[in-house]
Amino acid sequence: MSAAENILVRIRVNGEAREALVEPRTLLVDFLRENLNLTGTHIGCDTTYCGACTVLLNGRTVKSCTLFAPMADGGEITTVEGLSTDGALHPVQNAFAECHGLQCGFCTPGLLLSTIHLLKKNPKPSEKQIRKAIAGNTCRCTGYQNILKAIRMAAGEMGKP
Amino acid sequence: MATTLRTKTKKTKAAASSSPAKWVGQPIRRKEEDRLVRGKGIFVDDQKLMGMLHIRFVRSSYGHAKITRLDVSKAAALPGVVCTLTGAEVKSMVKPFIEIGPDAGQKIADYPMAVDKVVFQGEPVAAVVAETRLIAEDAAELVEVEYEPLPPVLTAEEALKDASLVHPEMGTNRNWHGVFEYGNIEKAFQQAAHVVHIGRLHFHRFSSTPLENNAVIAVWDSRSERIEYWSNNSFPSFAAQFLSPALGVGIDQILMKSFDIGGGFGIKITNYPYMAVCALASRKTGGRPIKWAETRTEHMQASAHGNERTFFDTRVALDKNGVITAIDSRHVDDCGAYPRYEPLGCVIWAQVLPGAYRVKNVRIDVNQVVTNKCPVGPNRGYSRMQQLWFIERILDICGHTLGVSNDEMRLRNYIRKEEMPYTTPNGCVYDSGDYAGMLALGKKLIGWDDWKKKQAAARKEGRWIGMGIGSTLDSGTNNFGQAQIINNFAPFSGQSKAANVKLDIYGEVVVSLGSVPQGQGHETTAAQVVADVLGISPDLVKVKPGFDTEQNVYTGHTGTYASQFAVTGLSAIHGAAVKLCNEISRLAAWALKGKEKDLEFAIGAQGPEVRDRRTKKSINYWGLANLVNVNNAGMPETLWDVTLNCRHVYHAPFQVPDVKRKYGNLTLTYAAQIHVAVIEVDRETFQPKILAYACVDDCGRTINPRIVEGQVHGCTAHGIGAALMENCAYDSDGNLMASTFSDYTPITAMNMPDLLYGHMESPSPFSYNGAKGMGEGGAAPVHTVCAALQDALYSSGVIIDDSHNTGDSIFRALQRAGSGGFASMVRVEHPRPSR
Repeated sequence: MSAAENILVRIRVNGEAREALVEPRTLLVDFLRENLNLTGTHIGCDTTYCGACTVLLNGRTVKSCTLFAPMADGGEITTVEGLSTDGALHPVQNAFAECHGLQCGFCTPGLLLSTIHLLKKNPKPSEKQIRKAIAGNTCRCTGYQNILKAIRMAAGEMGKP
Repeated sequence: MATTLRTKTKKTKAAASSSPAKWVGQPIRRKEEDRLVRGKGIFVDDQKLMGMLHIRFVRSSYGHAKITRLDVSKAAALPGVVCTLTGAEVKSMVKPFIEIGPDAGQKIADYPMAVDKVVFQGEPVAAVVAETRLIAEDAAELVEVEYEPLPPVLTAEEALKDASLVHPEMGTNRNWHGVFEYGNIEKAFQQAAHVVHIGRLHFHRFSSTPLENNAVIAVWDSRSERIEYWSNNSFPSFAAQFLSPALGVGIDQILMKSFDIGGGFGIKITNYPYMAVCALASRKTGGRPIKWAETRTEHMQASAHGNERTFFDTRVALDKNGVITAIDSRHVDDCGAYPRYEPLGCVIWAQVLPGAYRVKNVRIDVNQVVTNKCPVGPNRGYSRMQQLWFIERILDICGHTLGVSNDEMRLRNYIRKEEMPYTTPNGCVYDSGDYAGMLALGKKLIGWDDWKKKQAAARKEGRWIGMGIGSTLDSGTNNFGQAQIINNFAPFSGQSKAANVKLDIYGEVVVSLGSVPQGQGHETTAAQVVADVLGISPDLVKVKPGFDTEQNVYTGHTGTYASQFAVTGLSAIHGAAVKLCNEISRLAAWALKGKEKDLEFAIGAQGPEVRDRRTKKSINYWGLANLVNVNNAGMPETLWDVTLNCRHVYHAPFQVPDVKRKYGNLTLTYAAQIHVAVIEVDRETFQPKILAYACVDDCGRTINPRIVEGQVHGCTAHGIGAALMENCAYDSDGNLMASTFSDYTPITAMNMPDLLYGHMESPSPFSYNGAKGMGEGGAAPVHTVCAALQDALYSSGVIIDDSHNTGDSIFRALQRAGSGGFASMVRVEHPRPSR
């Protein structure tokens, strides 16, 4: 249990170079929340089930509670705080708000990032593909109905020329 | 006075011609969405305070054991650890929490930490406080605890035997007992055409497991001698009334604050023991802020579960048409290791004593026992869902046994629309509703007749397809007077909520909620109500998120629970807005040198204003607020009572029930949900799969349809998850088998079916707006799924006797059926054969 030496972790987060000296065992989610004060990424289950901690690492979704911060060193991360442009909501954010795809909002940041990842890979997902894409994101409020609706709406909006 | 105000309000609405006539009833986008989709919600764990420390609990690995040794010295010596707390130390600092129940329950010493023995797995035995969360976690591992295991009490049957006692000081495991008897039971059974005897039924433990765990920041500052809490407790008035005597401080010294809460569903009502320890830790560290952010495993093992209930010796009397005339049964509720909010659940079920049905003669013998399991707490559909499930099982079991189809069985027994308001045998008044109409809509939505044909065809192929109906009442706005049925010394009754609406100094319309929202959109519906009263748009109404004692908008009932905001919360807000409207009118009449009757509320070039129709002069909200707050020299004395800062308390019209007869109105409104499901059980794997699902809700007048529909979706997901996946089961040693989400498997998008949604409106005659509280939903799918499963498997000899069903349990049920299990489960007599 003797403390290992702290190490410097450098990550581009939402387009900005950020760094902090942390214990090697620091989880990525704690690095974001505690060291960078980006509290939009949440912790819900601690065991990689609920996806409240989902962020994009180098364009792919990861559960930031299941990665040590040093594993993301040198990488590019997008969190919910990086989604809007000049204050305007990202189409996925807008679709969730418009479709009432959230209630308490605790799971929402993770779901937004899973959706963005899905629509980037697959702009016209089928119902089954949408469900699969958010299988790792638990929502305890909405019963998923309006989340699915929001993802369909976002796909439609983002698919417009 | 009230009449005049209402007239004024109407004029106001007419004046706001640029916007829809009424905001109430519109599916407007929620005010909450913007900050939440930006990740700008502020949840407890998102807060950092200067000098803040972190607390970590050391918890029992046993369900029932004596603590033989506890040594915190190694933990205390770890650099970065500021202090430790043990159960013995905590005991010396606090009084045990008050107990609501009478008699034996009063003898329980419920300390926020185990003292000499542990009574459930996960019970805290010590805590460490450190500079960082990681150090606290490391230190907790250094605490040495030795236990001597004791025999755990894990079922209702074992608990009733009193062979091993959870709390020896009680002298029994029976925490409460009472008999609820109405009508003439014996006569009804003598006159019955059929009597159906039903064996043991069991409603399992589960929890709504909000995605945000419990979390608290506590500061007990010796300079101010007050305790400040930032928490996600959802019933702060209740928590404060428990914390105050335990910690020995006045209620006025306990400040409660919440902002965004990541779901609650009732489960966060009973997190106050942890709030107590956090305050003690703060005091011990000289007033430094203490943060506790619960882990999911702690949440699963040691926050709260929903009530588990077992139903014994059920007898049902029916007439020759299958109309139920009497129910006689014995129920044992398991409240886990400490009662806490209990034994209130021993009466709360009686809000829906006969379910949606006309049965007049009912006798239910209720026992509540303590066991070596996690304490229970109010969980979405609290205590009523167990009763509704029981009644729905009766309907299906009797229907199948007598050969009456499940829809027909309900139609023959439903309380009829024209009988509303309907007084139940125990004096509850069902305000309005049309259950048969809702069922018809549900059947239409799902395509009942088509499915009947498909079911018949599938059966010929040997497939197991079942169609089930669940009839659920969501009783809202509880009368705390029912607590006096539990303990006639309980000093509470009625129901009330406070709210504040004001014009702030620059004329902003600001609402302080007297509720503790956790995703229900209170900011939005509050703004809709205020917008209608003032004739402005909801965008112009600022609603402060969350609850804050210092805004002085609370009563002893303040919290968000018992499906009531649309009635109690909005009534308080409406009352405050009407007061404000009246004050604005008086003030404007003076300012414009006109008469109140000539004024109209409007939107001018400079925002909301009051206009004199005669003189065309106007004054905007800034001008009005300025006159009262900043520029008030020369104001006539007759207007000195105008503060533009209006508080209103809504009182629900309740009487204290007749405690001896256990009779009286326990709830103000009865929203309803009728669900219909089609389920197939796989012949190979025995896995149930939902093929179609329809939900019809009726919560009276709707304030915001999108919020209502969202609530119905959510409670349906909870119910389906509970019925088919989620289970807080314990092994025979008292270990919780689902202490992570990977074991508990909360429902995901992969197993949540598409919902067909239908809506009806039977306005409540008892609320100012015709609304009924809603949102809990009464675990409608648990009843519906069980009904459909029994319909699928009845011909194979299966009676669904448990609320939790998986491929495994269905396989075992089929095995039992094959070996004569059915006969022991259901027995029918025909004392007066039908003529």
